[in-house]
Amino acid sequence: MTRHGAEVRLEGLGKSYGPVRAVKPLDLVIEGGTLVTLLGPSGCGKTTLLRMIAGLEQASEGRILIGGRDVTLLSAGERNVSMVFQSYALFPHMSVLENVAYGLVSSGIARRAAERTAEGALETVGLAGFGARLPSELSGGQQQRVAVARALVLEPDVLLFDEPLSNLDARLRRAMREEIRALQQRLGLTVIYVTHDQAEAMAVSDKVVVMLNAGIAQIGTPHALYTQPDNVFVATFMGEANHVRAEIEALEGDAARVRLGETVLHLPHRGLTPGPVDLMIRPEAIRIAAEGALPATVARATYMGAHTEYVFTTPVGELFATDRPGGSPGEAVRLALDPVGTVLVRP
Amino acid sequence: MSLARAPGLPAWLLAALAATLLPWHMQQDGVAGLFALRAEEADAASALGQAWFHGRFWFWPVLAALALALPGALARRSVFLLAGGGLGLLAIVAQGFAIGIQGWSWPFLEAWFGPLEERQFGMGLGGALCFLGCLLLVTDGLALRGFFKGDRFVAGAVGVLAASILIFTAWPVGTMLLQMFTPREELSGLTALGVRLFDGKIWGLGCVTGRVHCGVFWNTLVLAVSTASAATLLGLCFALLVTRSGFPAKRALRLLTVLPIITPPFVIGLGLILIFGRSGVVNQFVQSAFGLELGRWIYGFNGVWLAQVFSFTPTAFLVLIGVVEGISPAMEEASQTLRASRMRTFRAVSLPLMRPGLANAWLVVFVESLADFGNPIVLGGSFGVLSTEIFFAVVGAQQDFGRAAALAAIMLLVALAAFLIQRAVVGGRSYVAMTGKGDAGLPTPLPAPVRRLAYAVALPWALLTILVYGMALAGGFVRVWGRDWTPTLSHFTRAFALEWSASGQIIFVGGAWNSLFTTVTLAAIAAPITAGLGLLAAWLLTRQRFAGRTALEFALMLTFAVPGTVIGVAYILTYNLPPLEITGTAMILVACFVFRNLPVGVRSGVAAMSQLDKSLDEAAITLRASTFRTLRTVVLPLLKPAIVTALVYAFVRAMTTVSAVIFLVSAEYEMATVFIINRVINGDYGLAIAYCAVLILLMLAAIGLINLLVGRRQLGRREGART
Repeated sequence: MTRHGAEVRLEGLGKSYGPVRAVKPLDLVIEGGTLVTLLGPSGCGKTTLLRMIAGLEQASEGRILIGGRDVTLLSAGERNVSMVFQSYALFPHMSVLENVAYGLVSSGIARRAAERTAEGALETVGLAGFGARLPSELSGGQQQRVAVARALVLEPDVLLFDEPLSNLDARLRRAMREEIRALQQRLGLTVIYVTHDQAEAMAVSDKVVVMLNAGIAQIGTPHALYTQPDNVFVATFMGEANHVRAEIEALEGDAARVRLGETVLHLPHRGLTPGPVDLMIRPEAIRIAAEGALPATVARATYMGAHTEYVFTTPVGELFATDRPGGSPGEAVRLALDPVGTVLVRP
Repeated sequence: MSLARAPGLPAWLLAALAATLLPWHMQQDGVAGLFALRAEEADAASALGQAWFHGRFWFWPVLAALALALPGALARRSVFLLAGGGLGLLAIVAQGFAIGIQGWSWPFLEAWFGPLEERQFGMGLGGALCFLGCLLLVTDGLALRGFFKGDRFVAGAVGVLAASILIFTAWPVGTMLLQMFTPREELSGLTALGVRLFDGKIWGLGCVTGRVHCGVFWNTLVLAVSTASAATLLGLCFALLVTRSGFPAKRALRLLTVLPIITPPFVIGLGLILIFGRSGVVNQFVQSAFGLELGRWIYGFNGVWLAQVFSFTPTAFLVLIGVVEGISPAMEEASQTLRASRMRTFRAVSLPLMRPGLANAWLVVFVESLADFGNPIVLGGSFGVLSTEIFFAVVGAQQDFGRAAALAAIMLLVALAAFLIQRAVVGGRSYVAMTGKGDAGLPTPLPAPVRRLAYAVALPWALLTILVYGMALAGGFVRVWGRDWTPTLSHFTRAFALEWSASGQIIFVGGAWNSLFTTVTLAAIAAPITAGLGLLAAWLLTRQRFAGRTALEFALMLTFAVPGTVIGVAYILTYNLPPLEITGTAMILVACFVFRNLPVGVRSGVAAMSQLDKSLDEAAITLRASTFRTLRTVVLPLLKPAIVTALVYAFVRAMTTVSAVIFLVSAEYEMATVFIINRVINGDYGLAIAYCAVLILLMLAAIGLINLLVGRRQLGRREGART
């Protein structure tokens, strides 16, 4: 069953409802066999984009190519894509096996053969022997797996997930996302995955497309997005970050000399020019250290077990940090900033 | 696969076969002689046969249009489909209107083409199917052009729905409105219209100053306003009792809501006559006890008003239960934690929240009273309202269709106004059921004064309702009410007697059998059509986005607002002439049932559809199912409860309706309700009551049976699985 999923190519794809732009025209290439996440706050257009790829919404402009074939004008059933819905959308009046075989029967395969194939798909997701049950007789996680099996059994070029884990509890969510990732890698599927949960996106994706205001904010691997965000939104959306104003005084080779209050830092300049700049500091990049450059006072310290969460008052504003237990409220300390978690961002 | 390459072929074959093989015109002897290419008589031949063998040249354009569509049907060529189908529709309609039972319909045609010896009757099977085929050619063409997302099924469904609204509502109502302009005696069109519209019998205000009757418009308005106010107040009392108090017999009260559905519209009137009429129980008692003559006070405004309040309080109750239950208990609990007393909570929170609902209930009853025909005809006496005046204008000695049309136009205007206000009050889509979110909290009990008031108003009224119904039923078992109290079953035997012939066959000798069989058969034919069309419309409106969706929705809603009497008059005016000559047939009755009751199908469909997760349809679509397969395997099975409801309501309402069908019945096709009304008008109450009782029992049985057959098994399985 191992094969490589098709490449998905969006060319100037956009959607508007009258004067309202749901998705601004955008270009995007999703390589075959990879898992790409569309991540963003609600209303950013990520679900509309997914539904356009699925064929459930008609694009207002642009083209969609799947495996090199132009599918822009094809209906959902003709595109060879499958979708796993947020609510799973399992047909409540059909048994699990009938649900999984539904797409095969729709495609014109004889019922007997379709059900045999469907049993195989149920086995793939670890639900062998559950075929005779009704969806309502399964747990949430099992229903999720049926939905995946129902989509998989059609061997689609592209598999789409619309916030598939949002109806599960936290523990199950973690297990299911690992299962989905393992399945995708084992079968070499092309998967497009919509979520608003940043941790989920980081855990499953080859690449993440961060969306904001109906457009793409940044595309990259989870690592690249976390360590090299292009703007303040991406930095704060991909995990916690302190946002402070700084100024680039001069460029020195690959590095920039940055003035942060009274302190001077040397950081990769990332193509920025001298002048005001935004500085993003990850909480784990702030350490209490005697040789630290930044004077600070501990405002609050919250003991969390493995680490302690601090809020420091500094000349450049309040900073949120996670560090080993140590400082106590009111204490004057000095802070060192780890260059890996301290990034310059275009203002 | 050949169908995918030639998507228009089935529609084209339908149109072509209908035009070549089936008799174009309506045949007297039913479906005999279906193969009609070459027939002895021109009127029995198909379009091709009439054009070829009988020289009826006006069929050539139809055939030419079909030939034009053929390239489109064989290859995916939308231009040919659109042109051929569109011209075909045009040609069919044009020839139908241009040539009637007296040759050319308009003088200028005779001037152009010369005199015509021939004539033609109403369209039949061939014409109808050819029309349908051409319509589908057009929708297929539109779908190929990318309209309706390229979905031929959706395109066809929209086309059929729009065409049927046009043919069975817009056209008749338009024809009727035009009828107002027909010249009368020496008056020209516009003057005649003026005389009819501003008649003193309609607008007169003589009753304010003197002892003359007021115009029927004012009668109708005053009656509708007072009925609506009283019924809303009573309905609110009942609704509050059922939802907000410890009233022990809540379930029994809820049964009240079923009553208006299964009650033929004049049972209440009969019951009132038996109690308060000249030989009624009360009058007899008062006379024997005090020697007083109470007289005929029940005939006229008082009686009609009383009967309408009895009839429509359950309707208001039904609407208001939803309203009262829809108020989130959390609001009232919040008010109480803010130190408001129960009375203040009720006055300042609950009542204002109910205001739109109260307005809605008031308007619903207002329209029902406006359109009511059964009660005024039974109890009105010389007190005329619009619906009865229309009836007498049509069936009375003067046979003045122009006057009927003018009255109907006024009625239509008032109904539309009420309907538009209602839409504004309820907001947007008035027929969408509110999906109640499960709010935590308990409904606050009523404040004591309000509770006492509700009890004081509602309980006596409930008792009175039971009394009226009881009397109405008891009337069937005595010889002559008020004069001869001997118990008897003679009314039943007169209506429903059976005899066995010598050969052992059953002979239905009772006078009511004929109308009963007709009613049941026609209602059974109409019910599935109503439910099917209604659910299809609901599905299109809630699930599909296409150009013209809002227009279709608005047109559908407008048809809901047309009162039955208006439809009745419009139908006889429109369908007693070619091209669609179906007056006096069963078809006109079925069409009337279907389009009168379509709202019920649409409402229950929309309500059910909004409970159904939209991603279920989408899942089926992404799983390669066609639109039709999605509808058949996913949507319909999940809509079983809505289908049952729509079927039951459509069936039962078809059996109890009177306002429209009273114009449409014929000797051959007599309806039960019309039969009963004629008995009532003749003073034969016993038989009428016996028949009513049988009808009510029959409808209860039908509701039970349909529930058993279609619903329970499936429902049970789903509910069982839900746990």
